[in-house]
Amino acid sequence: MRDNQNISDLIHPGHVACPGCGAAIAMKLALRAMGPKTMVVLPACCWGVIAGPYPQSSLKVPILQTAFATAGAAASGLRAALDMKGDGETVVMAWAGDGGTFDIGLQSLSGAVERNEDILYVCYDNEAYMNTGVQRSSSTPYGTRTTTTPGQGWKRSRKKNIVDIMAAHQIPYAATASIAFPQDMMQKFEKARHLKGGARFLHVYATCPTGWGLSSEKTVAIARLAVQCNVFPLYEVEKGGDWMLNHQGNMRVAPYLKAQGRFGHLTEIDIQHIQEMVDADWIHLMEKVSRR
Amino acid sequence: MRQVLEGSHAVSEAVRLARVQVISAYPITPQTHIVEAISEHCASGKLPAKFLCVESEHSAMAAVIGAASGGVRTFTATSGQGLAYMHELLHWASGARLPIVMAEVNRALAPGWNIWVDQTDSLSQRDTGWIQLYCEDSQEVFDTTLMAYGIAEQVNLPVMVILDAFFLSHTYEPVDIPEQERVDRFLPPIKPKFMLDTNEPYALGQMVAPGEYMEMRHDIQQAMDKVPERLERIEQAFEGAFGRRYGTVEAVSCDDADIVLVVSGTVSSTCRQVLADLRSQGERVGMLKIKMLRPFPADAICHTLGHVEKCAVVDRNCSFGAGGIFAQEVRSALCNLQDRPLVFSYIAGLGGRDITGDTLMDIYGKTRDTDRPPKQSEWIGMTS
Repeated sequence: MRDNQNISDLIHPGHVACPGCGAAIAMKLALRAMGPKTMVVLPACCWGVIAGPYPQSSLKVPILQTAFATAGAAASGLRAALDMKGDGETVVMAWAGDGGTFDIGLQSLSGAVERNEDILYVCYDNEAYMNTGVQRSSSTPYGTRTTTTPGQGWKRSRKKNIVDIMAAHQIPYAATASIAFPQDMMQKFEKARHLKGGARFLHVYATCPTGWGLSSEKTVAIARLAVQCNVFPLYEVEKGGDWMLNHQGNMRVAPYLKAQGRFGHLTEIDIQHIQEMVDADWIHLMEKVSRR
Repeated sequence: MRQVLEGSHAVSEAVRLARVQVISAYPITPQTHIVEAISEHCASGKLPAKFLCVESEHSAMAAVIGAASGGVRTFTATSGQGLAYMHELLHWASGARLPIVMAEVNRALAPGWNIWVDQTDSLSQRDTGWIQLYCEDSQEVFDTTLMAYGIAEQVNLPVMVILDAFFLSHTYEPVDIPEQERVDRFLPPIKPKFMLDTNEPYALGQMVAPGEYMEMRHDIQQAMDKVPERLERIEQAFEGAFGRRYGTVEAVSCDDADIVLVVSGTVSSTCRQVLADLRSQGERVGMLKIKMLRPFPADAICHTLGHVEKCAVVDRNCSFGAGGIFAQEVRSALCNLQDRPLVFSYIAGLGGRDITGDTLMDIYGKTRDTDRPPKQSEWIGMTS
C-alpha cells in the first residue's frame, strides 16, 4: 500500500468531469495503485470526455481511445503488441463504463476473458448512459427513472450481475470496489496489478450526481450507503469459485433510495419490494461465500 | 522457389515472410484457409507471432488496431458479412492512421446466403479510408501482400488486399515464394511513426473539436494522394528484387484500340484470352485492368482511355439505384476530359456466377453494335 500522504497523482487537475464525479475519483485511486507503467484503453464512455480533448490529456499515462464495443478486444491487441516487444512490465487496463461493459461491449469482454488475456478490465459503473444524457443500460437498477425509462415507465427489470458473469468465465480474479472504501479499492487494484498472466475484472461503483439527482457533495456518502445497505456489496472471487466478502452491511435500503432523485417516485411498497430483492441477492452471495 | 499454392496460402506465405507480429481473425468462408495456415505457422514456430482468435470480426479489427497502436506489424483477413460487420472499425483504423494490412476475399452478401464471389462487400467500404488493391492471380496476391506492408507503413494508411472467392482463394497455381533473406531486404522491420509508450504518455483517438477535425481528415486525403507515387517506387524496388511489377492499372493493347474492356480481379485473366481471340479476328480492342480502387487512379485511367471511342466496364457488383461501381468511378474520372470515350456499364457474375469468355464476347459485341450507352447498367446473362 502506498502512502496516501505522499502521492504524485497520475491524473491532472483541470479535467472536465462534472462536479462530484465518482468516475474521476475512481480513476485517481486506481492509478495510485497501478502506477505509471499502465496503458489505459478507453471505449466510448464519460471518461472519453474526462480524459480531455485533443491535444490535451488529463492522465499522465498513455491512453488509447477506441470504439464503444471494443475495450476487451483492443486491450487484448495492445497486450499482444507489448508481449511481442518483450514488455511484460506495463499493465494494460481497459477502463469502461457500464454501457460499454454490460451492454455493447459484453461480447468483446467475454471473448477477452474467455481467452484469459493478461489484462485488467475495469468497469466504472454509474448505472446508466450518463455521457449521452442518462439513458437506461442493463446495469440500471430496478426502480430507476432515466430519460428512456421516464415517468411511470421507470425500469422494471433487474440490474445484470456482471461479476457473476465474469466468475462464470472462471477468470483468476474478479471483485467489486467502491470509491467510498479507498483502502479496500486500492488494495484490489494492487492485487489485480500483480496477478499477471490472466484476466482480472474490477467492478467499481462510481456515483453520478448529475444522473442520479444528487447534490455533488454526496458522492462518497451515497457510495458508502450503497455498500452499507448491501445494494453494492464488496467482495472478491478467485478462479470463479472462491468467494470472499470484504464488508458486512446492516442498513435498510430506504435511506439510500430516498436520498436520490432517480428513485424519488418509488412508493413505500416499491421500496419494500426492492428491500426484498436486495435481501435475496445477499442470501445468494452468502451462499457462495460460505462455500469456501 | 516455385510452389503450387492456392490463393489463400499465397496470402499466408506473404504474412509469414513479412514477419507479422500480431494477427487477429474470426473464421468466415472463404477466408478460412488463410488464417488456418497462419495459425499453423504460429503453432509450429515458423512465424513467431501472437494469433488472437477473437469472437467476431468487429473484435478482430479492434484487436489489430490495439496492436498496431502498440507499434507492431499486424494482419487480419475476412470476407463478405465479416467485412460488413467490421465497418465501424475500418474507419477507426484509417482515422487512427494505422498501417494494418487485411486480406479480403470478395464474397456475396446475404440474404440469401451466398459464399461465392461478388465485389459489393469490399466496394461498400470504399469510403473508409483504406487503400484497396484487387488481385488477378496467386502470384499477384503474394506480391501485393508484401508490397501492401511497404505502402501502408510509408503513408500510414491501412491496406485491403482483395481476392475473388474460390476463383482465386481456392485455386492452385504455381507461385514463386522467395527466401526469407530476400524478403527481409525488401521489407525491413516496421518503424512506427507513433505508438503508445509509458515514457511518452500520449493519448490516441481522443475527442477532436471542429477546429481540428477537418485538418485531420485532410491529412488522410493528402496521404491518399501520395499513394500512386509511393507505390510506384515500391513497385520499382520490388521489381528490382523479384522481377515482377503490376501498376495501379494495366493497359493491354489500348494504344490503337477503338473499344476497351475495363475489368478487375480474376476476370482480367479471362479477358486476356478474349482479347487475344478478338485481336486475331482483326478487332481493335484493348483491356484495362484496374488494380487499385482507392485511391482511384484517375490520371492513369484518363491517360489510357482518353483517346478511345468506347469503353465497356464489367462490374461484379452493384450499387442499387446507381449501377456498376467501377463504371461510376471510371465515368467520374473521365468527365472533365475534352475527348473521352462513351462508357458502357455491364453487371455480370454476381454471387459467384461465372464470367466466361463468352460473357465477355457478348459484352464486347453489345458495346460495338450500340451507338450510345443505355442510361443504366446492363445486366448480363439474366435468366428472367
